[in-house]
Amino acid sequence: MTTTDEVSLPSLPSVYRSRAGVELKEFFRQREAVVFTLMLPVLLLVVFGAVLNFDLGDGVTFTQYFMAGIIAAGILGASLQNMAISIATERSDGTLKGLAGTPMPRSAYFVGKVVQVLAVTAAIIAILVLIGVVFYGIDLPPGADWLTFAWVTVLGSASCTLLGIAVSSLARNGRSASATVTPFALLLQFISGVFFQFSEIPSWMQTVAALFPLKWMAQGLRSVFLPDSLAASEPAGSWELGRVALVLIVWCLIGLLLCVRTFRWQDRDSR
Amino acid sequence: MRAATLLVPTTEELEPGCPSAGRPGQFSRKICPVPVACSCAQREGGDCVLVQKDSLLPRARKLAADPGRQPPDADAAISIRGLAKRYGDFVAVDGLDLDIRRGEIFALLGPNGAGKTTTVEICEGYRSRDAGEVLVLGEDPAAAGRRWKAQLGIVLQSGAGESQLTVRELVRAQASYYPAPRDPDEVLELVGLTEKAGVRGKSLSGGQRRRLDVALGIVGRPTLLFLDEPTTGFDPEARRQFWSLIRSLRELGTTMLLTTHYLDEAEALADRVGVITRGRLVEVAVPSSLGGRETAPAVVSWTEDGARRSEATAAPTALVRDLAGRFPGEVPDLAVTRPTLEDVYLRMIGEPS
Ligand SMILES: Nc1ncnc2c1ncn2[C@@H]1O[C@H](COP(=O)(O)OP(=O)(O)O)[C@@H](O)[C@H]1O
Ligand SMILES: [Mg+2]
Repeated sequence: MTTTDEVSLPSLPSVYRSRAGVELKEFFRQREAVVFTLMLPVLLLVVFGAVLNFDLGDGVTFTQYFMAGIIAAGILGASLQNMAISIATERSDGTLKGLAGTPMPRSAYFVGKVVQVLAVTAAIIAILVLIGVVFYGIDLPPGADWLTFAWVTVLGSASCTLLGIAVSSLARNGRSASATVTPFALLLQFISGVFFQFSEIPSWMQTVAALFPLKWMAQGLRSVFLPDSLAASEPAGSWELGRVALVLIVWCLIGLLLCVRTFRWQDRDSR
Repeated sequence: MRAATLLVPTTEELEPGCPSAGRPGQFSRKICPVPVACSCAQREGGDCVLVQKDSLLPRARKLAADPGRQPPDADAAISIRGLAKRYGDFVAVDGLDLDIRRGEIFALLGPNGAGKTTTVEICEGYRSRDAGEVLVLGEDPAAAGRRWKAQLGIVLQSGAGESQLTVRELVRAQASYYPAPRDPDEVLELVGLTEKAGVRGKSLSGGQRRRLDVALGIVGRPTLLFLDEPTTGFDPEARRQFWSLIRSLRELGTTMLLTTHYLDEAEALADRVGVITRGRLVEVAVPSSLGGRETAPAVVSWTEDGARRSEATAAPTALVRDLAGRFPGEVPDLAVTRPTLEDVYLRMIGEPS
């Protein structure tokens, strides 16, 4: 198609780089986002670590258990909550509509968002693990567990990013997205074994939690931070890593389908 | 419901190319007088019933049926024929024809709710249309791609959102989407934001933000720039400054379609003005002859026998000479007036056509 006298459109990598830069600046310069998404998990770890440092048996403290949960919650915040709120805001304030009127390849918007989620997730995990190791004597996971750590993080963050993008289409604006997604995420954290041991939660709540990704992310991460002897105290009696992967992959597919079907570049009533 | 119904007996009559082709029970081009304008079909007691919503668009239908009508002009910057757009049962644009030449500044002037934004956003590819043909830079906006968009600059009525990026970063990012962008710093100079280059987008004042919108609109070196109510909410001083910005863009040879509900703005900026009201274009003219103003009769008024008298005439000088003969000295309270642009405009938008 390209003729010689026509100037060609910018290459995909250059636009991707530009969008990634925009998204990183948008996130890390916004104080509320940084405090809410990055600092809240850190504060919770510090407070819970200091207060609830009791023994779970086998010389394992609740802080170690909480480490896995708070990382899962941090991933949830960086992906689902962050995407739902920021995209709903950008849709209602016209940012998305503005972009849709430029020759920017549409994929570039999503690439930028993914880079943002990855950067925020990496930052959260690094800070949480550092605090855990320095202040609460948490052992870094042994070799093979890093692999589990990596795939649980990637699958969890992918499924929650896609869900966040899909959920953003339901909200009228960023404020209403925040008002619905934040309590939902908090509730999910309570029933998914973040703040309490999952085995102590009533079984019907366990069932509800098992429908959503967070429970599986926390469980996968417990296999990383806790000794295998504690797998026996999981409701299923094991870490169920195969099922963790399966559920997260299914949620990725559902999320992708919802995104493709629901994503809008403009407010519903401006077409 | 004002919907007409049509019976469609068989599916064989469906033509390829008809939006419903292949779906039994719906209309075909042969049956439907206006292609694409019918929207809703349903089955009723085994018969196929077409609910023909385009009965709500009688004007567009009439225009489409006119055998003498010209096809849209692919060489024009914008060419629109019989454009119609409904929101539910409300007809927002009703049979609009318009040609905008390359290089000209065209103002779409009309009161709030006249259909300006609807028309402009159809041209920009944001909104769908219910009837009519539209060519923007020779392509149908509903089907055009990235290469087409690279030739446009768009300043939306609502503007862009808040941003944590600085003005310079925003303009640079925007430039990165275009094949041959202008230098971001030159663009900032042009819109008068050089001093604010390091300020975050969210901290700009209303007028500065609108300048930023324009900077984002022109950094891609557009051949065609859309400006939807660029100065609404400005104080008179800011408006004047904005006008000089538009004039300097004209020097750069950019074609512009701008909408406004300020008469003086259309008069000051545009080569031609189209007056739109209730979704219809009631007149297209150069500002000086809008509403036949240049040839409109003058009104001569005076006081005679204690009563105020006035007479509309195409030859006011003759009438005044005549009056001068009838009165011994000064003609009492003599005044010669012509309709102002404002009078003309108010008459145009007040009159159902
Ligand atoms: N998305 C929409 N849904 C329903 N009605 C709309 C929508 N957009 C515009 N309208 C209506 O269509 C008419 C024309 O609107 P618009 O094109 O925005 O006019 P203008 O830009 O001239 O003020 C108005 O009466 C407006 O209320
Ligand atoms: Mg408008």
